[in-house]
Amino acid sequence: MPKSTGRPDIATVLVTILLAGPVLAGLAGTILPAFGYLPVLGYRTFSIEPFRALFNMPGIQISILLSFGTGLVASILSLAIVLLFTAGWSGTRTFVRLTRFLSPLLSVPHAAAAIGLAFLIAPSGFLVRLLSPWATGWTRPPDLLILNDQAGIAMTLGLVAKEVPFLFLMTLAALNRPHIRDFYKSGASLGYGRMSTFIKVILPQIYPLIRLPMLAVIAYATSVVDVAHLLGPTTPPPLAPRLIGWMNDPDLSKRLMASAGALLQLFVSGVSLIVYLLLERGVTLWLKSRFESGHRRRQDAAARQAGLWAMSIVVALMTVSIVLLVVWTTAKSWWFPDVLPQRWSLARMMDSFGTGGPALLATLLLAISAAGIATALTLWVLEGRGFRKKPRHGWLNTYIFLPLLLPQISFLFGLQTLFLGADLSGTMEAVLLAHLIFVFPYAFLALSDPWNRLDPQYAKAAASIGASRARIFWQVQLPLLLRPVLVTFAVAAAVSVGQYLPTLMIGAGRVVTVTTESVALASGGNRQVAALYALLQLVIPLSGFVLAALLPSLVFRNRAAMRLER
Amino acid sequence: MPEALDRAGLTLEAVSIHVDGAPLLDIDCHIPPGNILTIMGESGSGKSSLLDFIAGFLKPALHAEGRIFLNGKNLTDLPAQERHIGLMFQSPLLFPHMSVMQNLMFAIPARVRGRQHRKEIARQALEDVGLNGFGDRDPATLSGGQQTRVALMRTLLAQPMALLLDEPFSSLDQARRAEVRELVFCQARKNDLPVLLVTHDEEDALAAGGLVHFLDNHKNNNGCSKVQQPQISIAKR
Repeated sequence: MPKSTGRPDIATVLVTILLAGPVLAGLAGTILPAFGYLPVLGYRTFSIEPFRALFNMPGIQISILLSFGTGLVASILSLAIVLLFTAGWSGTRTFVRLTRFLSPLLSVPHAAAAIGLAFLIAPSGFLVRLLSPWATGWTRPPDLLILNDQAGIAMTLGLVAKEVPFLFLMTLAALNRPHIRDFYKSGASLGYGRMSTFIKVILPQIYPLIRLPMLAVIAYATSVVDVAHLLGPTTPPPLAPRLIGWMNDPDLSKRLMASAGALLQLFVSGVSLIVYLLLERGVTLWLKSRFESGHRRRQDAAARQAGLWAMSIVVALMTVSIVLLVVWTTAKSWWFPDVLPQRWSLARMMDSFGTGGPALLATLLLAISAAGIATALTLWVLEGRGFRKKPRHGWLNTYIFLPLLLPQISFLFGLQTLFLGADLSGTMEAVLLAHLIFVFPYAFLALSDPWNRLDPQYAKAAASIGASRARIFWQVQLPLLLRPVLVTFAVAAAVSVGQYLPTLMIGAGRVVTVTTESVALASGGNRQVAALYALLQLVIPLSGFVLAALLPSLVFRNRAAMRLER
Repeated sequence: MPEALDRAGLTLEAVSIHVDGAPLLDIDCHIPPGNILTIMGESGSGKSSLLDFIAGFLKPALHAEGRIFLNGKNLTDLPAQERHIGLMFQSPLLFPHMSVMQNLMFAIPARVRGRQHRKEIARQALEDVGLNGFGDRDPATLSGGQQTRVALMRTLLAQPMALLLDEPFSSLDQARRAEVRELVFCQARKNDLPVLLVTHDEEDALAAGGLVHFLDNHKNNNGCSKVQQPQISIAKR
């Protein structure tokens, strides 16, 4: 058993360097150019000129407001839907059934979800086709700004559709702890309605576990690029996609302004987080004042229905979007306003497979290596913490999750410059490292809870019969945790596949994945090929999750206690 | 059985619980107010399932027949929160995010108005179980016996009309056990509640002083819990 020396072990130090290193270096590499210092391009004096140029850009205030508004609204709406549904239905058959639907939806990357959603709600999309021409009278796509609408509603919807499954699974994981069922019972036996029990008894206990993922969602949603590209307003776009445009501008001096913009993005996301934390504080105080009132709220049928409807709509939107991706890949011609394609063909799909081969290979390679490294590192760190339940270093958690709490763009700019300087830009290794920064925190998030819940008596029993630490790990702990380890691997692979911005920026156009390719194709308007690439994005993580579900059942087919209890 | 309708107390009318079609237990009994019925049986004999059924939490995998009456009212199809049946668990389950006082005030019905008034009731409840001045404490800092006493008062403050005790003394050490047990029984009698106590400790049953039901468990104990043999509850003593 490891002694508590008060000093972090090697694994912890290594992970900290791996994560915090690039983030801090990247931040520095963003801050310096933002203040006019970029020696590579010959800028060697500090000034606030980049900021002046930034704030002189037309519509910059609108861009800021859009990033702030869509991101914060989408995040809070997602959490509200998840909590309303969980409060009303947790423990029921309906809940179990919808859970089965929602879990695979987690593996749908943001870009794929946004592309599918665009096929659904666009003026020439499936919904309008369903109603045309018999109800609407339209024989050609109406000239409506449904996608890329000025207020960012489509973009908000796209973010909600993607964040709801994520926050839901985080809530499920948080609910998966001892005594939760008994707490429900004690609430009900004291006469409290289902939703009241959840809100007053259960939620305060599980919220600390949902909080960090929620903050990550806000940081992400306020600085998202791919979804904004596909669904967001264009005149002007939100802040993050505008920054990408400036960064890739042939006029290299725009890079200074883009860096200043990245700092502005950091500020905008930071303010969003602060606003959320203030709201959270207000709600907590209000809720605390209600603990003592004794109000039971037994008549909660309306609120329960609302929760069910909201969740069902999200699930339906996502499911239909994915089905549309499949239909589009096999469509040869699909003229408006027909509900289904006139002609089907697999030839185009086969062609695209040929041309998309390298991108698919790169995606797979990145996903498997990033997931493998991240899962192994997570296990190493967790094993290093020994049998103790409490993490020894609170600050370590902060470092691990730092990449998720900062807008990606704020340090990827700097990191790109650094990689350029080191002549690493556009290499697989550099992209892999960039992926790892974001993949590791999720792997850690996915595995640390199952690891901590593993009964320490197993390890003690093994140790008492003389097993070495290595043997305990390989022959006791790892097999017992095979299922969560595989799930972690699948989650990590899914996160890697979903990475758009890191691939785009660090890959510098030389490392191309199905994700970057699908966004480019969708913006280019090639629906069939874009649909295929979006579908490929989702096939990789999905097969990961299927494997994670099947392998343990196969390995432990004669071990009743290793089956999922449900 | 119409006479059940006029009877005060908790009535279980021809209750039987099945798992996958195999009977798990049968019981038919009446507990008058202020009386304690003890149910004894090995683990796996369906004790907890019976309590779940009475309180309204039966798991979907189980199937139950029969009816439950409380003071003449048929509870069988009511949701748990409408049954007014207090439940005490093996662990005290004080809400960890609330203070001891908040745990108690949580249970007082909303129709009891006025924050000061509610607080006074909770304070009095603490005094009744010898925990004067514990109101502001974090429940986690209390001993097991103290937590059980708070849990008891929390259950009673909700003004239940019957009490189900699911081995609530099993987590206590021998010394505290008798003391807390006496307190619980005493409070239940004082409130004139019908009490159903589930336990596997003979001493609990003796201390309760009422009738005892034995749930027999005839299943062949080879570790395979899927197939349940029929079992009969009888023997009163």
